[in-house]
Amino acid sequence: MKYIYDLHKVMLKQSLLLVYEGEFNQEITKSVLAMAERNMDSFGEQRKVKTKVFNILVELLQNIFKHSQSYQEEIYGKNNAIFSLAKTDDYYFVLSGNPLFTSEVASLKNRLEQINLLDAVGLKEEYRRIMKSNKSNVGKEGLSDKGGAGLGFIDMAKKSGNKIRFDFEKINDELSFFSLRLTVNRNPDAGDDD
Amino acid sequence: MDVINLEPTEDTPKVILDKDRQVFEISGRSLPEDAAEFYQPILDWLDEYENQVNPDTKFMFKLEYFNTASSKLILDILSKLEEIEGASVIWYFHEDDEDMEEAGEEFSDLVDIPFDFKTY
Repeated sequence: MKYIYDLHKVMLKQSLLLVYEGEFNQEITKSVLAMAERNMDSFGEQRKVKTKVFNILVELLQNIFKHSQSYQEEIYGKNNAIFSLAKTDDYYFVLSGNPLFTSEVASLKNRLEQINLLDAVGLKEEYRRIMKSNKSNVGKEGLSDKGGAGLGFIDMAKKSGNKIRFDFEKINDELSFFSLRLTVNRNPDAGDDD
Repeated sequence: MDVINLEPTEDTPKVILDKDRQVFEISGRSLPEDAAEFYQPILDWLDEYENQVNPDTKFMFKLEYFNTASSKLILDILSKLEEIEGASVIWYFHEDDEDMEEAGEEFSDLVDIPFDFKTY
């Protein structure tokens, strides 16, 4: 039973407020959001900061369940992923991890690297470019088959104001593990999140 | 014309579309799993309204939060309003919420309708 104590220590050490591991869907997303909100309210977090964290949480969680599929279900369960929210004196960290096919890694990595090259103005322009291209297609037509607007990562990067941190670990021949971290500054003087 | 009156939920906004009372409002949170499905009846309603418009249509958005899929559908609503003579938007944002203010500005740049910005 020592692992419970170990887990407790890891959570304290990494300042983890919430950890969820398992299947992701809209119902789970709503519960996680409610918990995160209550948590931030409990220590009177500034509305500005809270809203940014909430924004990022929604996009990240919905991204996970819209894009996840059941990869080798016997090993990874159904739509399995891990999500966590951490808080330090200066930052919130929104963390997630999920398996994906290694064949998907290159394009995702490229997309994230491209977004990380953009500054605040660049992100705004990219957001607007995608919105404009969406404008001509009304309703479902303008959305991907997953129901997304193609704006998730851009929006997260905009709200975060920090670079997106990510990593891919090889799981086996077919699968990789995608780790993602978004940062929100709790005060304007916090500087970079290193 | 039928009235649309939807109570807010954890992940969908309050919606009132009432031609006779001249109330056109979307407020609260919008993060439905299927944004297109949620907003389709609203887009259909506006299509019908376009043929029998009031002299003016002040459409109020008072959103606390919307996800990116909803932003696409909000743009669709605004595009419909563009076609409606006398339509304008009142965009509310919380005084501490620069992101929501900016979102309104971005929308106002993408469509040709007067926007009135108000804080709450």
